[in-house]
Amino acid sequence: MSIGLRLKMIKWPKLLATLLFAVVGLLFIAPFLWMISSSFKVEADVLKFPIEWIPSQWNAVENYKEVWFGAHSFVLYYWNSIKVAIATTLGSAAFSCLAAYAFAKIPFRGRDSLFLIVLATYMIPPQAIIIPQYLIYSEIGLIDSHLGLILLNCFSAFGTFMLRQFFLSVNDEIIESAKMDGAGHFRTFANIAVPLVKPALATYAILRFIWTWNDYQNPLVFLRSDTLYTIQIGIKQFADAHGSIYSLMMAAAVSAIVPLLIVFIIGQKQVIEGIAQGSVKG
Amino acid sequence: MNKVVADTAMSNPASIHKKRSKTNWRDHVAGYLFIAPMLIGSIVLILFPIIASFFLSLTDWNFVTGFGGASFIGLDNFAMLFNDPVFLKGLSNNFILLLVVPIGLAISLVIAVIINKGVYFKDTFKVVYFLPYISSTVAIALVFQVLFHPTSGPINQILMALGVENVPGWIASSDWSLISVMIIIIWTQLGFQTILYLAALQNIPASLYEAADVDGASKLYQFFKITVPLVTPTTFLLLIQGFVHSFKVFDLIMVLTEGGPANSSTIPVLYLYQQAFEELKTGYASAVAVILFLILITITFLQWIGQKKWVNY
Repeated sequence: MSIGLRLKMIKWPKLLATLLFAVVGLLFIAPFLWMISSSFKVEADVLKFPIEWIPSQWNAVENYKEVWFGAHSFVLYYWNSIKVAIATTLGSAAFSCLAAYAFAKIPFRGRDSLFLIVLATYMIPPQAIIIPQYLIYSEIGLIDSHLGLILLNCFSAFGTFMLRQFFLSVNDEIIESAKMDGAGHFRTFANIAVPLVKPALATYAILRFIWTWNDYQNPLVFLRSDTLYTIQIGIKQFADAHGSIYSLMMAAAVSAIVPLLIVFIIGQKQVIEGIAQGSVKG
Repeated sequence: MNKVVADTAMSNPASIHKKRSKTNWRDHVAGYLFIAPMLIGSIVLILFPIIASFFLSLTDWNFVTGFGGASFIGLDNFAMLFNDPVFLKGLSNNFILLLVVPIGLAISLVIAVIINKGVYFKDTFKVVYFLPYISSTVAIALVFQVLFHPTSGPINQILMALGVENVPGWIASSDWSLISVMIIIIWTQLGFQTILYLAALQNIPASLYEAADVDGASKLYQFFKITVPLVTPTTFLLLIQGFVHSFKVFDLIMVLTEGGPANSSTIPVLYLYQQAFEELKTGYASAVAVILFLILITITFLQWIGQKKWVNY
């Protein structure tokens, strides 16, 4: 007992657990490591066993050149994805933020029932409405356009709900005193309230960016032209064209995943805390 | 809202009447303008379509004949669906798929407990376990297509090197395709669940564990008697979210197996897509959408009941 206690004080078990856990963690991300290492290899070495984690023959430049500047150029897919993801993020953040502020801080008639209407959309799974959305889009000519794709994800009940929670915690007196100084609702919103919820807004924006970037179903259904394809459709196209060339497929997978990982690692605190808070609160 | 009213009432009584009516008028207009984009967008692109889905599910409309050729057929689509072996297979697969949630939760709770107290570099581990969750599902599916390759894939090569005689056929075998999907779902969701459990663990008072230590309770006993009961609200939330998510796993299955081989890994969302956009049977696919919607609404309803129960404690 006393030995155990002393060991605990110098935290040997914790160190040992850390090492053990590091091994488990490595196993956990082994698929990623395998993907990255394979993307650098010549095709013949990809399925060699035992696995060569560090390639003996490097073919990285050729593989990535094919991904980025070959027949299915990732440059175009990336550009499309960046456009769609940024526009969706901005649009969705703006609409959700405006509505959230009004639902939290502006007293107007019918506010609570209108909030319920928006909240009700949260329960509707996107797949249950994709057919009517498609029909509406073919009527108004939004099939096969980035604008149509962007609009699909611009009206987020989740974002409105989450941001409303944060606006609710903004002190009413701050808002009132801005009004006393003669600021209208929009100026109060833009100059006083939004800066106060900036961290929550950043969290939501990062999440929305990641979700849009990774979206596969909407581009699959609503886009037709190769020139409009986003990265998720692009990588599938590329894989179908190079189906049996695994080193190229892995270079494509790395190209699709790694930039997002960088966004995530930069914003990790926002994302992790945001997900923990947002989901726990409801 | 009450506070705003109270503030107005407290200000100078002489000006109150005039000021309030003016403020109200401004407030209403501002309120409506602020919510207009969100409300209109939600109605046009989400609420109207869900109503339309119900309507379409009662017709035999398909994209080929167009709206003119459509007629009202009552509940025929639903009757057909419940005699459709592929749909029924998908439905039963989806219920098997729900198993990933309790399994994943058990693993992630253990990981969360270890990360919370037992290791250094907490933040690094959080990030590591979170990576699959934010990665592109399409890319992940492509990577696992190779990893799970039945003859030359790394996973089976490792199993064979370890002396396993009959290695699984994974995505190429109808016995193993759904299991392959389940393994990947657990892997991708683990980080998300761990993060939420970590947040829940922060809220357990340390004094409970200290008291248990004084009483000489083992760590294992403490885990089952203190940790597990006190994170139940989170477990419940994650269970519901996980169930809902299981009904929406489209990207992964679409890219990994396309529901095959021989429909062994199909689920209703996949069937909905195939019926609507490959077979062009709009009405029939809408019936799948309605069933999916009803299942998910039921799960959400269960969540409400459950949450109310916890609020009372």
